[in-house]
Amino acid sequence: MTVHNFYLFDRNGNCLFYNEWNRKKQAGISKEEEFKLMYGMLFSIRSFVSKMAPLDMKDGFLSFQTSKYRLHYYETPSGLKLVLNTDLSVSNARETLQHIYSNLYVELVVKNPSCSSTQTLDSELFSSRLDSFIRSLPFYSPRAA
Amino acid sequence: MVIFSVYVVNKAGGLIYQYDNYVPRTEVEKTFSYPLDLVLKHHDEKVIVSFGQRDGIKGIKFIVLADPRQAGIDALLKKIYEIYSDFALKNPFYSLEMPIRCELFDQNLKGALEVAEKAGNFGAGS
Repeated sequence: MTVHNFYLFDRNGNCLFYNEWNRKKQAGISKEEEFKLMYGMLFSIRSFVSKMAPLDMKDGFLSFQTSKYRLHYYETPSGLKLVLNTDLSVSNARETLQHIYSNLYVELVVKNPSCSSTQTLDSELFSSRLDSFIRSLPFYSPRAA
Repeated sequence: MVIFSVYVVNKAGGLIYQYDNYVPRTEVEKTFSYPLDLVLKHHDEKVIVSFGQRDGIKGIKFIVLADPRQAGIDALLKKIYEIYSDFALKNPFYSLEMPIRCELFDQNLKGALEVAEKAGNFGAGS
């Protein structure tokens, strides 16, 4: 039961924040390329999902899973994209991501007049609060499986 | 209704088989509360080695669009792969990577979908 990493993208595709907890394997490319790859993949999947939908969709793309991890996605109406990678035991992290958005990001970043919303997040408070929140999650365990 | 479509994509990315199973239920819809989010499962056949393809035969992808409450999709994907190997690959008139036009494949696929819908349907349908 573990959380691997977390990405935060703004609506233009810039990665505002990234942190990892239990990542065992790196991507083999630079962080910048990794963020672009992640954002491009999300953009393509959302477009694919909305085109292929046989019925009207309520929420759109929520998550995907592989044999080793699950990626959870949450997008706010303002275009902010939150991505959380966990292991397979976590089936729904939507509320977690919503909590991160409304209780951490909005409270600590949006309402902070000295935090610019277009550049990489510099807020130590956000970083440490997010870190303690993730570690307090029921599905987080430092002894990664 | 709960399994909407099945697609088979070949190595080059071309669609070689498609089966749609959904009926637009516009006049029958009464409740609007059921989650309509799609669960898209992507099953990639044959591990691709990093320096190149192992033997260039596989690389076939099976895609099933189904209701999120439908269970047993992994088993269904395996079953579709079995049906593919039984009725398409063993068919002497079928060439690889080409569109699948084998009656037995269609029939068995529909049968497998019906079995999966009956067996794995927890709470879907209004």
